[in-house]
Amino acid sequence: MPDLDLFRVLTLQDYNTRIVVGGVTVLGLASGVIGSFMLLRKRSLLGDAISHATLPGIACAFLVLGALGLDGKNLPGLLLGATLSGGLGVGAILLLVHWTRLKEDAALGIVLSVFFGLGVCLLRIIQKLETGSAAGLESFIYGKTASMIASDAQLILASSLVIAGTCGLLFKEFTLLCFDTQYAGAQGWPIVALDITLMVLVVGVTVVGLQAVGLILMVALLIIPAAAARFWTEHLPTMVVGAAVLGAVSSLVGALLSALLPDTPAGAVIVLVASGFFLVSLLAGPARGVVGRAWRQSELRRKIARQHLLRAVYELSEMANHPPSVRRNELLARRSWSPRQLAQTISAAERAGLVVPTEPNAIRLTEPGRRHAARVTRNHRLWELYLIEHADIAPSHVDRDADQIEHVLAPEMIQKLEALLLHQDRDRQPPASPHALEERP
Amino acid sequence: MNDPMQPEGLRLERVASGAEHPTSSPLSIHDMTVAYHRKPVLWDVDYDAPDGKLIAIIGPNGAGKSTLLKATLDLIPKASGIVTIYGQPYHQQRHLVGYVPQRESVDWDFPVNALDVVTMGRYGQIGWFRPVGRRHRAVALEALDRVGMADYAKRQISQLSGGQQQRVFLARALAQDARLYLMDEPFAGVDASTERAIVEVLRTLQRAGKTVLVVHHDLQTVAEYFDAVVLLNMRIVACGPTADVFTEENLRKTYGGRLTLLEEAANALARNRGSRE
Amino acid sequence: MIWTLLDTQIVIIGALCAMSAALLGNFLVLRRMSMMGDAISHAVLPGLALAFLLTGSRASSVMLIGAGVVGVLTAALTQAVHRSGGVDQGASMGVVFTTLFAIGLVILERAARNVDLDPGCVLYGALEPSPLNTVTLLGWDVPRAMLTNGIVLLLNVGFVTLFYKELKISTFDPQLATTLGFDATWLHYLLMTMVAITTVVAFESVGSVLVIAMLIVPAATAVLLTDRLLGMLLISVAVAALSALLGHLGALHVPGWFGYPGVDTSTAGMMTVVAGGLLAVAVVAGPRHGLIRRALRQLDLTLRIAEEDLLGLLYRFEEAGRTATRPQMVAVLQQAGGLRPWIAHLALRRLARAALVDDASLTPAGRRRARDLVGAHRLWETYLDQHLELPSDHLHAPAERLEHITTPGMRRQLEDEVQQPTHDPHGRPIPRDETSE
Repeated sequence: MPDLDLFRVLTLQDYNTRIVVGGVTVLGLASGVIGSFMLLRKRSLLGDAISHATLPGIACAFLVLGALGLDGKNLPGLLLGATLSGGLGVGAILLLVHWTRLKEDAALGIVLSVFFGLGVCLLRIIQKLETGSAAGLESFIYGKTASMIASDAQLILASSLVIAGTCGLLFKEFTLLCFDTQYAGAQGWPIVALDITLMVLVVGVTVVGLQAVGLILMVALLIIPAAAARFWTEHLPTMVVGAAVLGAVSSLVGALLSALLPDTPAGAVIVLVASGFFLVSLLAGPARGVVGRAWRQSELRRKIARQHLLRAVYELSEMANHPPSVRRNELLARRSWSPRQLAQTISAAERAGLVVPTEPNAIRLTEPGRRHAARVTRNHRLWELYLIEHADIAPSHVDRDADQIEHVLAPEMIQKLEALLLHQDRDRQPPASPHALEERP
Repeated sequence: MNDPMQPEGLRLERVASGAEHPTSSPLSIHDMTVAYHRKPVLWDVDYDAPDGKLIAIIGPNGAGKSTLLKATLDLIPKASGIVTIYGQPYHQQRHLVGYVPQRESVDWDFPVNALDVVTMGRYGQIGWFRPVGRRHRAVALEALDRVGMADYAKRQISQLSGGQQQRVFLARALAQDARLYLMDEPFAGVDASTERAIVEVLRTLQRAGKTVLVVHHDLQTVAEYFDAVVLLNMRIVACGPTADVFTEENLRKTYGGRLTLLEEAANALARNRGSRE
Repeated sequence: MIWTLLDTQIVIIGALCAMSAALLGNFLVLRRMSMMGDAISHAVLPGLALAFLLTGSRASSVMLIGAGVVGVLTAALTQAVHRSGGVDQGASMGVVFTTLFAIGLVILERAARNVDLDPGCVLYGALEPSPLNTVTLLGWDVPRAMLTNGIVLLLNVGFVTLFYKELKISTFDPQLATTLGFDATWLHYLLMTMVAITTVVAFESVGSVLVIAMLIVPAATAVLLTDRLLGMLLISVAVAALSALLGHLGALHVPGWFGYPGVDTSTAGMMTVVAGGLLAVAVVAGPRHGLIRRALRQLDLTLRIAEEDLLGLLYRFEEAGRTATRPQMVAVLQQAGGLRPWIAHLALRRLARAALVDDASLTPAGRRRARDLVGAHRLWETYLDQHLELPSDHLHAPAERLEHITTPGMRRQLEDEVQQPTHDPHGRPIPRDETSE
């Protein structure tokens, strides 16, 4: 029997499930798009303040509709109220920031809490009046995903299309606004009007999303997919599309999960799915993910250690009367590396075929190893020369500074260095070291 | 002369005297005073930029060099003054002005590549709502090529070196195809090859009849790079062709100490202005 | 409605709770971390839920531990996401607290049968019935909420007193604090722990929304009213207490004003509205930075400049041996300074009241003032001529602006720097400053 349920849910055979899944998916898509721009404008928490600020409008609309003898839960009326008070909240934030010495974070917090407090007062009054059941209004805070009806889904679809469409039309204007406000101003773009448009879109998506997924979870949809998408790409259109896809997929998966598992509020599950995507992105995102970065760093460390080893062996065997094989304790004395580090680096170099062991505690360069070592030593000495000649660094310090830079040299930099330092000498042998090698500790 | 109805030359008269400025000047700043909260101040700047020249704005730290550019571009409020571009008010002529802000003014971690940034210079021509077409992208790419950055077009901007970022900003102004360029310290913190590349671009602009004002720090290179200079220290100390104006004496006047009295006065004025806002 | 002991107790509980939040809130607002209060108070939900689930008890100690852990976790996770992922601070806060909140909701929903904690109570609190839940202390029946919130207030007062200078310096300049040997990071997490504890204790009685409001709004009000940290702490606490009193009164009476007689509303909600109202009053009517004060100061400034222009004008008329009628003077001011006639008239009336002008001529006192002003004007022209080498037709406008802001100190400095001249660049005599002799 549960298998049958699973099948029914996943194939969206249930009319209700179809509406819910469709509605939240489109909502996730629109919030991903608008959330991307809010993230880049560094105003992610504005959605938080706006969504709280809608509450008094909803309650007020309910009271007014009731007083006019209409159905208090007339959706367009409630949404109008929500939009008005959300807009009022944005206005209050802007006024506080421009007219007083309060900073943006305080303005957000003030509007969020005071508006919400007012909403709580009004809700309490509604509860105490016995004219109509106010139970539906609670859904604006926690969401009522499971009981979404067709007209709700249609409303979400229509608003999301408008919001995504506006973002598409104003894509380049919003990009410029978020990247370089000052330049946009100098070019004559109406910065304030663009900012307000962006905020109006946030109010719009928040208002339609509130009753679907609830207040806090709407905030999450505006922030998390965008922040997650940022880890995957350095290309803005891709990021916006990615955020939309992540938002939509999180909503889809979350809604399905919540339909399958008993006692799981859909809104919370959607957020948790989105957070899961965020965590994966944070760790594994190719552009900025933690794992990728750590791996690149350890790769660089390994490369540097190998280059140090090769250069040390090369320089030792370069010395007069020195046999081509180099003993470990000679190498240990040359740099401040621990015996373990050295052993690891040597075995890695052996695996790469750059050095071969000659006797238990000695190694020598192979032919490819010698070529590689010569190139590494050459780069190092070129830098030393450059630093001495062009940066006025004392020869006794030059080795250390060259050490820092040489490992990250791009080929074109090396060509430039060569052109600068070795006009006539085009052979690939390393130049002589500009300081005495024996002096080294 | 001592008509008390016209005590010591009324302000009205000063406004009317705008007519004395030649209308053909690429940039005409008239009576500009800036006393803005905690920004360097500018007193009564009156300046007509010569057409088709490379002009350096030099002066000590806090002399108001960037303030001059920003106030010209309406990015910070002026206490007084009129700015005209080729004889028309600035706000009608914005498309003729290319601006290169200081590199620190933006978040270089933004998810765009070098070409995207340069394309922003075309947004004014593209106009509202329309996406960036192939033609505009080609112009942007050409601008990148002119600053020697064509190979980096697809490189994410955070991966560029400081000098390369500066060149991207320069290319953005080039892509705009303006007639007057205002550049805020384009040489700050760049390597020698970028400096040469920028100078080359400036010369090309000049050959094409453009006028370029550059906030500049390095006194060594002024005579080599620029046709004209503006020596600024809260007011214009001297301006004109480099050969005439860039003299030991003028430099001493520009760099020789601050006018503390004026600073104090400007702070008092800014306080008054602040209470008006 | 009759005020009962119950009402007094509600106000006291609300005030205790509001004051302890407001005290800490000062540091959040000054550190530009106001939204951290929002984040923590939402994020505590899973801590509470887990504490309930694990122990099945509502014992304060368990709740406090749960809250402390989650509070620090929120701050630490926000920092971790911000640092390791390069995500904007606000966005990382948003990611962390919404996720934690969602976890809390799921736990609550799934365990709803076992635990009598509903999310509604967390959001709105239940301040009104809180006095009914009492404990016996030294033979007295004391509302439990009063006791716990009182303890938290004492704890917070102790925290702020003990770390006053460390908090001050690490708020002003965290790097300096670290170089001086106070670890700003450590203090940051301690502050976050205190915020979390305050939030949790306040939860049951007033709900999370009020906690957020009390963390931010009284402190923001205090920022607008004073420039000193100690003053700010005191004002914020006073605003918090006042909000509690007025909030409860409002909850009882305000619905009646809007045609809902006999209906009362949430005291916690009304406390935030009152706090918001007090903030609005501070924005509009604050003694130094308020909008009204600023507008008045501006009008005063405009009038003073008009008066001084009038005095200068009359002096110059006298110099030229001419007289002018009042309408003439108003017309000149309007033409030259773009002043509206009513300002000119008002300025003339103020000058007459100060006995500086008699009808349309200067009194002796007025002449002395006017001489100073014209002297300052001509000194400035000389200074600008000598130091800035402005062309002679460019001297007047700046001097016109500067003469109004010339302090005696500046005037002495001016005289020094222009080497005691007797005539301005236009050849007009510079009157001596007789007041300084």
